Amino acid sequence: MNILPDLFLTFFKIGLFTFGGGYAMLPMICQEVLAHGWMSLEDLINFIAVSESTPGPFAINVSTYIGTETAGFFGAVAATSGVVLPSFIVILIVAQGYEKFRDSKIVQGVMSGLRPAVIGLIAAALFSVAKTVFIPHNGEIQVLPTLFSLAVVGIAAFLRLKKKVHPILVILLSALLGIAAGYAGILNI
Amino acid sequence: MENRVLELFTTFFKIGAFTFGGGYAMIPIIKEEVVTKRHWMEDSDILDIVAIAESTPGPIAINTATFVGKKTAGTLGAAAATFGTVLPSFIIIFAISSVLRQFEELTAVKYAFAGIRAAVLVLIFQGLLSMYRACPKGKMEYLLMALSFLITVIFDFNVLVIIVSCALIGLIVSRWRNDHEHTS
Repeated sequence: MNILPDLFLTFFKIGLFTFGGGYAMLPMICQEVLAHGWMSLEDLINFIAVSESTPGPFAINVSTYIGTETAGFFGAVAATSGVVLPSFIVILIVAQGYEKFRDSKIVQGVMSGLRPAVIGLIAAALFSVAKTVFIPHNGEIQVLPTLFSLAVVGIAAFLRLKKKVHPILVILLSALLGIAAGYAGILNI
Repeated sequence: MENRVLELFTTFFKIGAFTFGGGYAMIPIIKEEVVTKRHWMEDSDILDIVAIAESTPGPIAINTATFVGKKTAGTLGAAAATFGTVLPSFIIIFAISSVLRQFEELTAVKYAFAGIRAAVLVLIFQGLLSMYRACPKGKMEYLLMALSFLITVIFDFNVLVIIVSCALIGLIVSRWRNDHEHTS
């Protein structure tokens, strides 16, 4: 398939079937991007950090990035407009009688099934991210890099969950730890 | 009216350019700009908008921008607000993407990202945790969470099919519960 329509349609589909904020889009993005070979999971995880450190929603950032990487400026336009359009159309329709939509039994029923599904799917995406972090490309788990990753996860969890440190600071600190560990010969890259 | 459309664009451009962390991080700033400063809407409207943004497809930020734009200045307003939200991200990511690839080849950056990926794991976990806390929980909810997790991990099943099936199950179960309440 021609790349521009493919980008537009794929991101339209992602936009249409993502419900909820934060990382709700991650499971669909992972599956589609890996299936198309647009990005490796490792690159995608790197980009999550870039997206957290630049303004704007993850959905827009990631679609612009993948669009640019695969087909330049017009690729970026195709992917980004694809991801935005379903929201835009649906909200234009819903805004007419939104009290009815909000109180609708059908919407509430559908949401009662969607919410837990999205949680299970993000948990599955988290599982693949964990695999990428802890198991290197060649599949051989090595002691020092694994200990390093565990230590960073521990420190980041403490700073983020207990101390509520800003995500950008956590990313910055983990980058410094990575550089220090790399030059100390711990990482084996 | 034309002024209002332009003002929507600039307001949401500013919101898009200065909020880090996506949709939920934008809500307090949208409230500040739209309710407190410009009186386009009321406090309770924002709560409604968030509830609707969560139950319609797409990113929260885009849903909210489109909704506020539509309510304030019709379809043209919706287009202006949405375009305004998207544009800063688009420009910034487009500008850095060419540099990013070259940058990632540097040894120091490779080391840095090895640390960063471990931190991203925590960021996703935290997002998951707050979603889990906000989700109403019962037998059906736990079952759907477990099933969608296991089916995806074990069989690498199509995400879209899981989403649609769970939506249908939710609809059917809630219908059945309703009928049950009415008859008993």
